[in-house]
Amino acid sequence: MADTLITNARLLDPASGLDAPGALLIRDGLIADCGAGLTAPEGAAVVDAAGACLAPGLIDLRANLGEPGAEHRETIASAAQAAAAGGITTICVLPDTDPALDDPALISFITRRGEATGSVALLPYGAATAGCAGKELAEFGLLREAGAIAFTDGARAIASARTMRLALSYARAFGAFIMQHPEEPSLAAGGAATEGELATRLGLPGITPAAEAMMVARDIAIARITGGHVHFAHISTAAALDLIRAAKAEGLAVTCDTAPPYFDLNETAIGDYRTYAKLSPPLRTEADRQAVVAALVDGTIDAIASDHQPRDADDKRLPFAQAEAGGAGLATLLGVTLARVHAGDVPMLTALGLLTARPATLLDLPQGRLAKGAPADLVLFHPDRGWKVEAGKLPGKAQNSPFDGRALEGRVLGTWKAGRRVFGG
Amino acid sequence: MTYPRKHLLAIEGLEPPHIADLLDLAESYALLNRSGKTQRDLLKGRTLINLFFEDSTRTRTSFELAGKRLGADVINMSVSTSSVNKGETLLDTASTLNAMHCDLLVVRHGQSGAPSLLSQKVDAAVINAGDGTHEHPTQALLDALTIRRHKGRLEGLVVAICGDIAHSRVARSNVHLLTTMGSRVRVVGPPTLIPAEASRLGVEVFHDMKAGLAGADVVMMLRLQRERMSGGLVPSAREFFRFYGLDAEKLAHAKPDSIVMHPGPMNRGVEIDSAIADHPTRSVIGEQVEMGVACRMAVLDVLAHGLRRNV
Repeated sequence: MADTLITNARLLDPASGLDAPGALLIRDGLIADCGAGLTAPEGAAVVDAAGACLAPGLIDLRANLGEPGAEHRETIASAAQAAAAGGITTICVLPDTDPALDDPALISFITRRGEATGSVALLPYGAATAGCAGKELAEFGLLREAGAIAFTDGARAIASARTMRLALSYARAFGAFIMQHPEEPSLAAGGAATEGELATRLGLPGITPAAEAMMVARDIAIARITGGHVHFAHISTAAALDLIRAAKAEGLAVTCDTAPPYFDLNETAIGDYRTYAKLSPPLRTEADRQAVVAALVDGTIDAIASDHQPRDADDKRLPFAQAEAGGAGLATLLGVTLARVHAGDVPMLTALGLLTARPATLLDLPQGRLAKGAPADLVLFHPDRGWKVEAGKLPGKAQNSPFDGRALEGRVLGTWKAGRRVFGG
Repeated sequence: MTYPRKHLLAIEGLEPPHIADLLDLAESYALLNRSGKTQRDLLKGRTLINLFFEDSTRTRTSFELAGKRLGADVINMSVSTSSVNKGETLLDTASTLNAMHCDLLVVRHGQSGAPSLLSQKVDAAVINAGDGTHEHPTQALLDALTIRRHKGRLEGLVVAICGDIAHSRVARSNVHLLTTMGSRVRVVGPPTLIPAEASRLGVEVFHDMKAGLAGADVVMMLRLQRERMSGGLVPSAREFFRFYGLDAEKLAHAKPDSIVMHPGPMNRGVEIDSAIADHPTRSVIGEQVEMGVACRMAVLDVLAHGLRRNV
């Protein structure tokens, strides 16, 4: 493959703190060089970025892709299309599929299916428990050998404290973290919205926001006695963030992520029973949203994940409490994150770091940085170019975006996976 | 008469003049009904469909009578036993109704927001006849009319709504209507049956029934669903009746001329003592049913003005 030189770009590398004009040279799927004053080698293809931003391809820490078992909602091929259009070059895939990813053969199946797309690497999580059923531990060692990056039961909380203790202890032997869906299930059962005035007015069964904080508190206590690494998914409340902040200060192996709905929307988005805004955990109050924004900036949150949960029309065109929770998030991950940058809430490199270098560090991945020798996974985007999120017109199969109708600034112009252009151009 | 919407999905959001006009119109229908006259030309040629996804005798019959007294062709569809159980969705039902050219659609559904969802998909004017734990607007109208007939006003009255507030659509609609009209509304019940942030709806919350009833002009009892006990929200029927059931002793704390209401059907001996339910002067439960027909006629009347003239 011929070399490619992307010139006239604003290079953004959160890992090194670089934010400067320059060029980047791709050779043999790797970043051969980047910086100012690069010239195109003989025979190289030249891409003029015209001043647009060039950053590492995004690493999505958590997405459900529909395969295996829910191909009517999304397939790996359709998700890959949405990912490329969204500047995502690595997706960490949730294991609560049908069947669950609790067998080494299924882990390699997902990895191979990712390779076959040619546009996005798929890094599967292994199930924390057999069938993601919350009872017996899955075979962490064998799953890890097959390529599992960490262990989780996906959108199902590991409810039993004893099971969580065993998982956090045992996973230490294989250097992997346990990712928890932090929600006390007995308090969340049957709930459809955050408990409070709005849910009361709409007559919807509520979930107290304390269901998140109490599961976080419990698992921090278990991390303390086991020395294991617990990672909390999609943190959405101030109370949980305070607990995580304190645990980090204590030196415990505790990390967390959030997803764009929790820093861009609040509970009022469910408005007149809008089921596209029904998520798990549910959208919170404005005060909690602001706490999530503050935790993006102060480092308490380690990553922003798309939390892509594909749903089809039959899942969503129902009365609110009966509709499935979950939102599509691949195509909007970058744009909604940039909205916080445009609002002046989060600095550009901090925001991009949460989508690249920081999840890379968490998973010890070589990608996620603009460094010589790193994989040439790249996204080129115009930070100000506007577009409107329209369900029905999004790339990929899943159209259930909670951001339907939202105007965004920040448009992906090109995506490169291992040096090959997979979107734009 | 001004009514600003195509549908009646909720009381929340209606303004005092809309409510007052509806009550005035209902009052005139109450007089008409008592006189034995009818007005069968108003909805002549119109089709009213009662679409009930939950069992109801009283509300369905009331709407049926209201529609017939105004001359509509009334059809009852009880869907709980038919196609929805065969996998037909709510929206499939909507397209079926559109094909039938239904003008007025009365919907009762077990899920909050279901009439709102239907209203986005059907051509008909939709009347919410009770959705989940959200609202039951015509019940609030008939309750308000009954109160007004006895007390001459709504403003300044102390109204105590008692029992299972959390799961009650009747309570929500009444709270919205009465607070909008200037009543002082109290909700009374054990903390497990009071919804989160109830005071944000503009009501005072009481867990002691005698304190909650003190000085009340109106005592409104709610039905306690049996499944609340199996769900552990209250330990037993006898304990509930002891502390939150309306008997003569507790009622003595309300004003001597206070009236007692219940949306029905009653659980005698659970939330209300038979002696109170059947009390000749204090209980207005029978009159509520009468006002129900009048209020539903008023609602059909105002919504008919918004219908396209296609007959």
